[in-house]
Amino acid sequence: MTESSKTEKFLLAGKEFRSRLIIGTGKYRNHDEMKAAHLASGAEMVTVAVNRVPLDGKVESFLDHLDPSMQILPNTAGCYDTDHAVRTARLAREALQTDWIKLEVIGDEVTLLPDNEQTLEAAKILVSEGFKVLPYFSDDLIVARKLLDAGCPAVMPLAAPIGSGMGVQNPSNLRIMREQLPDAVIIVDAGVGVPSDAAVAMELGADAILMNTAIAESPDPSKMALGMKLAVQAGRMAYEAGRMPKRLYASASSPVEGAIK
Amino acid sequence: MKVFVNGEVKQVPDGIGLGELLERLSMPDKRVAVELNREVIPKTRWAGTPLADEDKLEIIHFVGGG
Repeated sequence: MTESSKTEKFLLAGKEFRSRLIIGTGKYRNHDEMKAAHLASGAEMVTVAVNRVPLDGKVESFLDHLDPSMQILPNTAGCYDTDHAVRTARLAREALQTDWIKLEVIGDEVTLLPDNEQTLEAAKILVSEGFKVLPYFSDDLIVARKLLDAGCPAVMPLAAPIGSGMGVQNPSNLRIMREQLPDAVIIVDAGVGVPSDAAVAMELGADAILMNTAIAESPDPSKMALGMKLAVQAGRMAYEAGRMPKRLYASASSPVEGAIK
Repeated sequence: MKVFVNGEVKQVPDGIGLGELLERLSMPDKRVAVELNREVIPKTRWAGTPLADEDKLEIIHFVGGG
């Protein structure tokens, strides 16, 4: 890699990552497709969900299907209040011996939009218990500030509803968040559908992107994972390089003077 | 006595311990976690934890998710 193609280090909760892409493990058609997509994505951290063990004696560990070099980030998906999210996080910590938790407190079954108020409440409890809390929340600057003040090492605003593939619905909010919280780690979580969505989020200054459905539901998850990897890299390079100003009118690229007459 | 495991009623002998119950359920001891009446019981304490009638247990593992 040449010097100019390297991007700045991505530090999250004291750990350095080479990849700015974090991916999920849900919705894949089979374990082999998932593993191949994970490899192609270059991601170093994957999310998993906490679930009741079936009591039929046929317990197979899903985690055995993950590359052992991947950091596992458990989530609190499916929790609709502070209490359930906190209990789920504690169970995840005990089972995986990790302090890292992707905090989700969902507010509505149809939209899966986050309950920001209870997310903040749960974040405060979990931070006080030593968790490294990565909260999924609505793309709101004021909530982001409160989550950071509560001790979250990063904030994870949504681009669009979970699994919607709609892309960044409110680029202004993301831009404002970046400008007003220059030192915060911002990870766009949920709503990315195609690589151009990922590139847009990164160009706006997101530090990383967390996605699942866009890769898992593609007919060719490995190829899509590679596309996402490249888009995240391209978007980050554009952000670090700095974009040209937008103009309403043309600005000639060739000399105006000296054309033959 | 009866206990609730992941929402299911289970009839178990009086005085059974948590460790013994988990063995009966063929529960692996890795990458699962157990909550008894809303309190996480670390693996090191499974063997010595007694159960009582109407206890509520949640046993979790991990599945694919985003």
